[in-house]
Amino acid sequence: MKRIVIVVVLLLLAAGGWWLFRSESRPSAPTSASTVDAATLKDPALIAQGEYLATVGDCASCHTRQGGALYAGGRVLPTPFGNIPSPNITPDRDTGLGEWSFEDFWQALHSGKGRHGELLYPVFSYTSFTKVSRDDALAMFAYLQSLAPVHAPAQPATLSFPYSVRNSLKAWRALYFKEGEFQRDPSKSDAWNRGAYLVQGLGHCNECHAPRDSLGGQQGNASLAGGQIPSQNWYAPDLSTQTNGGLAGWSEQDIVDLLKTGQSARGTAFGPMAEVVARSTQHMHDDDLHAMATYLQSLPPRAASVSGKTQLDTRAIMQHGAKIYAERCADCHGKDGGGVAGVYPPLNGNSSVNEPTGINAMRVVLLGGFAPVTQGNPRPYSMPPFAQQLSDADVAAVVTYIRQSWSNTASVVLERDVVKYRHTPID
Amino acid sequence: MKSLSAKWSRNWRVISAWMVLMLLLHAHAARAQDAPHPAIPDTLQQRIAACIACHGTHGEGTPESGFFPRLAGKPAGYLARQLKDFQDGLRKYGPMEYTVRQLSPAYMEEIAAYFAAQEVPYERSPVPDVSAETLQRGETLVTHGDAARQIPPCTACHGSQLTGVQPNIPGLVGLPYDYISSQLGSWRTKTRATVAPDCMADMANRLSDSDITAVSAWLASRTLPADMHAQAAGSVTPPLHCGVLGDKGDGA
Repeated sequence: MKRIVIVVVLLLLAAGGWWLFRSESRPSAPTSASTVDAATLKDPALIAQGEYLATVGDCASCHTRQGGALYAGGRVLPTPFGNIPSPNITPDRDTGLGEWSFEDFWQALHSGKGRHGELLYPVFSYTSFTKVSRDDALAMFAYLQSLAPVHAPAQPATLSFPYSVRNSLKAWRALYFKEGEFQRDPSKSDAWNRGAYLVQGLGHCNECHAPRDSLGGQQGNASLAGGQIPSQNWYAPDLSTQTNGGLAGWSEQDIVDLLKTGQSARGTAFGPMAEVVARSTQHMHDDDLHAMATYLQSLPPRAASVSGKTQLDTRAIMQHGAKIYAERCADCHGKDGGGVAGVYPPLNGNSSVNEPTGINAMRVVLLGGFAPVTQGNPRPYSMPPFAQQLSDADVAAVVTYIRQSWSNTASVVLERDVVKYRHTPID
Repeated sequence: MKSLSAKWSRNWRVISAWMVLMLLLHAHAARAQDAPHPAIPDTLQQRIAACIACHGTHGEGTPESGFFPRLAGKPAGYLARQLKDFQDGLRKYGPMEYTVRQLSPAYMEEIAAYFAAQEVPYERSPVPDVSAETLQRGETLVTHGDAARQIPPCTACHGSQLTGVQPNIPGLVGLPYDYISSQLGSWRTKTRATVAPDCMADMANRLSDSDITAVSAWLASRTLPADMHAQAAGSVTPPLHCGVLGDKGDGA
């Protein structure tokens, strides 16, 4: 009996393995066979539209190495499964998209497949980009093809087995990838539909602002309910503005302000979001920003989170935290945690202070830094880094204090949590 | 009667003015006391709290340890270039790369100009106990170079008094031993680099370990010239073509 079970299991594994690892390549059609003619791709209006859309999609952020040529790739994207360098998407014939047809580009963006049919790693957010319309994809392709070609060979990815086998992605795609363009909801306004299209599709907000499971996938309909960004160790907050939402109480204007200038009356962008604002959203048209805000404001209320109350007696920690707060923080953020309008963000009711993990508050205390430089805020104020001055216990105390003062009721942060986030994230 | 009334009226005006003033003062004091924080000054110094936390309000750095370098009085072009090099990942130090990541060229130049304009007395830093022979070797390298190994003297670029040259070449005197030796080391390990051709990387790679010790020790122990300001722009003709100097080097 036992032997039969073993044989059956082995057969199943072999069948599963064959299904996963069989190759499914297709020969790439020559660019001359494309349905899009060369003149279309040279249309200046289409190229300009594509430049705007590539900015909205923040393509340059991943596809540009620190200090490197725009869109020439090489930025190493860390994932729990290994490091994946982004490819060169300038039209270089040998190392970029020079030989690509629009159909190849569409297949990558819409179906997550490379030029030869190989499955792409979902660090390229085709789970969101699949919602982008064919017209918008064509404009972006025309723009990318209009760039000066940069010769920048791809670096190899360093993925561990079995993730290094591309066909293992078949299983992942079956679980997490639903191919399909954005479908309008006729019962909603044009602004809502435009906002939903941008947020769910090109803006790929869910890629950070929704939880991921241990396989790096997002279950069901990605919800913008907030999540820890794997390997980067920042927390992208819940984006609901309604009861118990991460942005509870944010007005449409607050959202627009943050995306346009990097700061709002409710909070300031920092970490990965500072980069998103600086490179992408500050350049978006006002009507698109308002559309995104309209959509975000329609996200449903959230269930009340579990109370921050713990079994721990936090009186000593809170006292210690209050002392540090008075000495180091109150001059700028105020005794009442109210901040200074247009200068320093409030900590009271701040989504990044109150997010479930405490990671953001710990990191901001340790790293300090500038609000993003934008046209609306060209000379931002900054926060000193406290990594050199405060011990792990000090940071835990002051972060616990701000998470449990005024109207804030988030959970305690422990010394051992601070240890994990002391290192500085670089690229 | 009329004069009495006029007098009263004048007095009343004085009293009421005084009362209003006191009321205002009181209200102001009460507000200042109740205000959760003082007004935030709209100054660059206030805006760059992130820089000042380590480098000091006037860019004095930490001369006793040499860990956070002095910025005060360094040429503005040089300081702006360092910010850009951190931003581009040519110069590697996590906290600096993180801090400058989103800054615009205009803002970086403004910050560089702020620190370049600061006048702060130089402090002497501890010099390691090295032999007179080593110091002599250091002096020879700094002031004469080593032609056989294609090492020009430091003074050829950094100025006759080694106080730097406007706007792109920093001074070498008044710096701690640990700072100078670690910078030369980091050019060799490629954790400090700049736009090509990176002359200083070439120089650092032509120096031996003992050369680096000798040069750093002599520079750190040198009596400071009375005028520590960088020399005027164009007052040196660098013997090398350096990326950071644009077309100023003659490429010899």
